[in-house]
Amino acid sequence: MSATVNTAGKTVRWVDDRLASSNFLKRSMGKVFPEHWSFMLGEIALYSFIVVLLSGVYLTLFFKPSMIEIAYNGSYVPLKGVEMSEAYASTLDISFDIRGGLLMRQVHHWSALFFIAAISVHLCRVFFTGAFRKPREMNWVIGVGLLTLALLAGFAGYSLPDDLLSGTGLRIAQGIMLSIPLVGTYLSFFVFGGEFPGTDFISRLYAVHILLVPGLILALLTAHLIMVWYQKHTQFPGPGRTNENVVGYRLMPIYMAKAGGFFFVVFGVITLISGLVTINPIWLYGPYTPDQVTAGSQPDWYIGWLEGALRMMPNVEWVIFGYTISWNILVPAAIVPGIVFTVLGLYPWIEQWATGDKSEHHLLDRPRNAPVRTSLGAMALSFYILLWIGGGNDLIASFFDLSINAITWFLRIAIFVVPPLVFIATKRICLGLQRRDRDKLLHGMETGNILRLPHGEFIEIHAPISDEEKAVLMSKPDRMPLPASEGVDENGVRAPRARLNRLRARLSNFYYADNIPLPTREELEAAEAHLRHEVEEAAPVMEEDRRLVPARDGAVLHDPLNDEH
Amino acid sequence: MSTHDNLPATTAGDEAAAIEAAAAALPAHKPRRTDVDPKAARRAERQVSLMFLGSAVMTVLFVVAFVAIPVDESVYIWGFGTVNASNIALGVTFGLAIFLIGAGAIHWSKKLMNEKEEIQLRHSLASTDEDREAAVEAFDDYSADSGFAQRPIIRRSLLTAMALFPIPLIVMLRDLGPLPEEILRETLWKPGSRIITDPTGRPVRPSDLAIGGLISAMPADLPLVQEEEGNLNARAKAAIILVRMEPQEIVSQQGDNWDYGGILAFSKICTHVGCPIALYEQRTHHLLCPCHQSTFDLADSGNVVFGPAARRLPQLPITIDPEGFLVATDGFAEPVGPSFWERGDA
Repeated sequence: MSATVNTAGKTVRWVDDRLASSNFLKRSMGKVFPEHWSFMLGEIALYSFIVVLLSGVYLTLFFKPSMIEIAYNGSYVPLKGVEMSEAYASTLDISFDIRGGLLMRQVHHWSALFFIAAISVHLCRVFFTGAFRKPREMNWVIGVGLLTLALLAGFAGYSLPDDLLSGTGLRIAQGIMLSIPLVGTYLSFFVFGGEFPGTDFISRLYAVHILLVPGLILALLTAHLIMVWYQKHTQFPGPGRTNENVVGYRLMPIYMAKAGGFFFVVFGVITLISGLVTINPIWLYGPYTPDQVTAGSQPDWYIGWLEGALRMMPNVEWVIFGYTISWNILVPAAIVPGIVFTVLGLYPWIEQWATGDKSEHHLLDRPRNAPVRTSLGAMALSFYILLWIGGGNDLIASFFDLSINAITWFLRIAIFVVPPLVFIATKRICLGLQRRDRDKLLHGMETGNILRLPHGEFIEIHAPISDEEKAVLMSKPDRMPLPASEGVDENGVRAPRARLNRLRARLSNFYYADNIPLPTREELEAAEAHLRHEVEEAAPVMEEDRRLVPARDGAVLHDPLNDEH
Repeated sequence: MSTHDNLPATTAGDEAAAIEAAAAALPAHKPRRTDVDPKAARRAERQVSLMFLGSAVMTVLFVVAFVAIPVDESVYIWGFGTVNASNIALGVTFGLAIFLIGAGAIHWSKKLMNEKEEIQLRHSLASTDEDREAAVEAFDDYSADSGFAQRPIIRRSLLTAMALFPIPLIVMLRDLGPLPEEILRETLWKPGSRIITDPTGRPVRPSDLAIGGLISAMPADLPLVQEEEGNLNARAKAAIILVRMEPQEIVSQQGDNWDYGGILAFSKICTHVGCPIALYEQRTHHLLCPCHQSTFDLADSGNVVFGPAARRLPQLPITIDPEGFLVATDGFAEPVGPSFWERGDA
């Protein structure tokens, strides 16, 4: 033991002599991080990315990013002698002739799917808890950038094997490029080195997939983590937790063990899945040729929403002065995703402007306490899910034996109708939960125990809520809409930006007007006294009742802490 | 400054008090079984080391499996079907070897490591007003030293140069590909092109096609062109389908008598984003694109009846040559495949 300590001491001294790092080391090892299961979502994303990198490096040793046509001569019998690109043939070799190759291919694909899924859920967590608020807006934008890059990396990656499915995806991407006004054909010709498919795209995509995009992801990821470190992690409200402190465990040893261990858990689970569950069996699809396609072609899950948008869009195309504008492609493939990512990236500033809230937030919101934000998020999710369902409309049609046209028409209407309904419903639910929180503070928990008092009155026994719960409920921020602007000052002069201020007042009203206020101190005290009285009054009766029905639990006086066995 | 008001500036005394207040509010620390029962602690210790050892065993097994199991061996496993034995053995051993390290570490931290909650204070992220002003002042001073503001000629010429210098980086991208020119409008089909089946490459007689049938086809010179050009570009545009229906079932065509005895030829490439289409419903003569479900009515000029495609499928006029094989009367009258900006009405 002392030998380790000595070695550690020597190393620290050696490094410190050169970098003056001891102070940093001391602070870092003792750094406190708050704990919550949802904080692990970002960790999953990080760890899957590391697994993607590791398995990706392995694959580059065997994959040949070349479109030279060769006759396949590997050990997968059904394709023997078939003409195919070297890219596809080398992917078959990785899958069938290299020991562990199939495992690594599947680890790479599964971890990429995990990566994007974890980012998406992490994004939802950050959104719904308001973790993007000042001072973390920059990190939110970096996160949106990371999501975009992850989608790009995924698409570029599954296009590389040059199988029938991936080629079909690329053909669609090329069709989308062509639709871009003015520069579309040029863009497509430059990207593909001429007409589609050409013989260049695999090697070009390869550079994008293994160098450009992962390099950018790595850089942004580093910035993302440094900011989390520097600004300290947000925490959920609870007893002792304030906007000015961090309550949790030290990096060393707890998080070294937990987070370090969790990396191995994520890596291990991905590897197990990759050993047990086939993903992207490219050998079944055959080599790419532009005149063939399989029915039921599906992209990886994260492209599904864009695919759905393409499928749902009605066929509007204009020809103006001899030029074609393909709204049927531009809207779903460029305009909608453009708006989605722009609004997503700008959301912190949109909310900040609408609510006038410029203060620092380190304590997370419970989603119910920000009903409009939560409802906007739920609305966006329903929009996403509808698009995603659209991406699988053919599978749904064949599985449930429905008309594909009916499904598409349903979705075309639902995409406009459902999100607003979801908004309204979510907001109602949030406000209902707020009311319930207020009730809990004022009346305690309902125990479900109905008591008949000696004089015949029936009462329901309420139990006071725990201190922990009370601290959580009382953390609800008191938010008020901005005052409506008069539009003119006291001298009747029109205020500058009057219209903008009116809009802002309306927006902040939209955000906060319905909030259920927390009980005041007087109300709380009165409620406490009442509850105490009720408990006292019920005590003797409850005691008697407990003796009669000993198994009954949940009642206020049946305190499990004082109840020995 | 309002930016500073959120987080109070603190002295050491204040900090200690704030930490103490938070600590007092924290729920009481409940000791774990392993904290109070040495037996439980020893048990947890054993469990953790068992997991680490299990990982080591799995690593050894991985190497054994790697060497012992041939890469092409299949094995039937209930619930998974017939799977590649090497893959499943390597995946399970390696996966467990990794997983058990993680599980052991987490178990260790949960059962045995000191898990007292700690409190640290946050400090305002903003600097003090003095620091900010000093920074702005320093910036002004230093930039005054450069004379950037005072020498507009230098400033403007520098900005001009800086704005222009990335241009070569963009210009150099020019040779990524040729210009589109008219090439998107052209296919291999020309008057007299013989139609051959895809992929067998046989010429087609009308009698090869039954009523209600569909075959994929290509121009006879495609295999040669493909060989010469070394790419699939010609194929991506020239692919067609032939369908046969009763002549009286044909409602309309894109040109007079472009069919041959009820045999119609259409481009196989979807006018939406270019997927090849081959899902044909005989009874309705509808052709459905498997990618985005655009549906075309082949009995009615290939018009769109459903889905996101905006334009009909281009029809290829066909007839037979003296030897009785199907040939194209002419090339396509309009560009095949997805729309593009310069396409216009044709």
